[in-house]
Amino acid sequence: MPSYVSKPTPPNQDKRWKLVDATMRRQGQQARGLIETLHTVQEAFGYLDVPALRYVAMSLRVPLSRAYGVATFYHFFTLKPAGEHTCVICMGTACYIKGAPQLLRAVEHDLGIAAGETTPDQKVSLLTARCLGSCGLAPAVVYDQDVAGKVSVPGLQQRLKQWTSPDC
Amino acid sequence: MTPEELDQIAEAERAAQSQFPQQVRVCVAAGCVSCQSQSVKEALDHEVEHRGAQQRCRVKGVGCMGLCSEGPLVSTNTGILYQHVAEEDAANILDSLEGPAVARLVCPTDVPFFQRQKKIVLENSGVIDPERIEDYIAAEGYAALIKALTEMSPREVIEQVTKSGLRGRGGAGYPTGLKWSTVSKSVGTQKYVICNADEGDPGAFMDRSVLESDPHRVLEGMLIAAYAVGASEGYIYVRAEYPLAIKRLRNAIRQAERAGLLGANMCGTRFSLRLDLRLGAGAFVCGEETALIASVEGKRGTPRPRPPYPAMEGLFGQPTLINNVETYANIAPILRNGGDWYAQIGTEKSKGTKVFALAGSVKNTGLVEVPMGISLREMIFEIGGGIPDGRRFKAAQTGGPSGGCLPESCLDMPVDYESLVRAGSIMGSGGMIVMDESSCMVDVAKYFMDFCMTESCGKCIPCRVGTYQMHRILTAISTMSATQQDMTMLEELCDLLKHTSLCGLGQSAPNPVVSTLRSFGEEYRAHIEDHKCPAGVCGQQGNGEPA
Repeated sequence: MPSYVSKPTPPNQDKRWKLVDATMRRQGQQARGLIETLHTVQEAFGYLDVPALRYVAMSLRVPLSRAYGVATFYHFFTLKPAGEHTCVICMGTACYIKGAPQLLRAVEHDLGIAAGETTPDQKVSLLTARCLGSCGLAPAVVYDQDVAGKVSVPGLQQRLKQWTSPDC
Repeated sequence: MTPEELDQIAEAERAAQSQFPQQVRVCVAAGCVSCQSQSVKEALDHEVEHRGAQQRCRVKGVGCMGLCSEGPLVSTNTGILYQHVAEEDAANILDSLEGPAVARLVCPTDVPFFQRQKKIVLENSGVIDPERIEDYIAAEGYAALIKALTEMSPREVIEQVTKSGLRGRGGAGYPTGLKWSTVSKSVGTQKYVICNADEGDPGAFMDRSVLESDPHRVLEGMLIAAYAVGASEGYIYVRAEYPLAIKRLRNAIRQAERAGLLGANMCGTRFSLRLDLRLGAGAFVCGEETALIASVEGKRGTPRPRPPYPAMEGLFGQPTLINNVETYANIAPILRNGGDWYAQIGTEKSKGTKVFALAGSVKNTGLVEVPMGISLREMIFEIGGGIPDGRRFKAAQTGGPSGGCLPESCLDMPVDYESLVRAGSIMGSGGMIVMDESSCMVDVAKYFMDFCMTESCGKCIPCRVGTYQMHRILTAISTMSATQQDMTMLEELCDLLKHTSLCGLGQSAPNPVVSTLRSFGEEYRAHIEDHKCPAGVCGQQGNGEPA
């Protein structure tokens, strides 16, 4: 039975929970620090799962429903683990005009997944962003953490091949 | 920090910089970084070391120089601007400091893109190192703050801002002086200042550039604002999608605190301000002030009805001043040079300059700062260099998902708040997307509606259901299966959303539809009656729905 009196314990012994605890402490263990804390959890673990939400909710003294509501409201947060590689295609206006839909179609065709999904072998996740702010270099794609500009369909396909080849 | 101490730091920095007869500046803002400008800078550093020229030549990382499509950009103190610079060019560039310029890399600067700009907000971008406070101070940084704290009363500060005629640069164009005055008069135990850096309009990257290229400028503006309205705590709400801006802001806040320019009892006065960052999490609606406040409070970003306005009851129920990044970036120069100086620039009702993010089907894509009142034609054809690949201009989209498309007939109108509204669009935050004949206006309207539908917070029915219905109809039109009844319904929905939605997102979601119906009605007719897409975009082949 969850106890709201004593300090909650993290879901497991993973050291990364210390980072999460540090964020909550910096925010004064207050409800207003919920979004900052969820950011730390996602940065550390890659996604938010229910045990993580439970732990954060109990630590900040908010109902689980509120933590869940915030986690699902904001597009940035994901409740599913990402693949080994992420490909984020910008669908901002400038990128849209410069051919982002064709890029998206190419990936969907080559990998057989839609935006928001991960390939069955967990190698690549495909996501779209509403605007990365690199409009001078439209169309833009983020390969893992690197932003690439003026991306062409062949260039994109080549990167996907690199990621999905057996020796990667 | 006293005025004398500030002067000393400025003097020391200027003296240190003048020790170097040779200076090379490399843009390290996000646009150029994604073109590997960091490697270019490293290569230059390496080459300088290799030549033993560390005492003579200084390589500096600077902010955005504007012409993002030609990055990486490198400038030298001999007045040359180089474009598309690669690591291998490092040696040639260093040679050129003592000899002729490297012709194949030269980027002409005697063109309208550079000459026609008037830089106030961007005056330090591309010149100073965004990661060093000393560089900012040497460029008259924080002088306005010290002047305000030691020589002016809060009322006098507000007076200067009001005189300047500055209007909110986030898009609504609300008179800044009036907003500050309202907050300053509101009663509360604790007042807040918030900087809205949630730049959500797709196609807009002005705020990102300012934050990455000159973060201290924004801090100074917020400090002056806090002093003027009586706030003691402040937040900068930044999109999570701007990691470089976040890093530079955190760095700047730390540096300002250490220098005694931010924190308790600044400059020996009783004024104190605590500033913190708050990260967004990918919700466009959080650019709306009441939704933003909800997000800072750690909740889902849903707006609430107004009145009461944030100026009276905002964050945690207290009087709150919310302004956009660009608005704050204008404050220091206004205090330094006086409100009257600012009011001389621009038009009668739209004073000052505006930063635009020019993108889309135009030769020179990047960031430009121009005086209000410049014509659209000059923006696109002279500064922008016109439409590439021999295509024809079709429309200029301003204001993002809350804006509209301006057709060819509007090319000679001045770009200012009132004129844009009259033409069926809005100023918005500054994104300007140029479209040529390969864009279908029905498709563009559908794209923006899809965006609003996905970003709708879901709290009010007109927006939650209305955007979905409108998107459904626009999809039917673009797949040639719509009827005249659908058109009637579409127009009714435009009206309904505009007048009954809870917040600006729903209220302005119909704008792209209304504006394209007004100026490109013929395209809609062709889709519905002739089952043809004049631009060759829609139809059976489809052009890919944005996810």
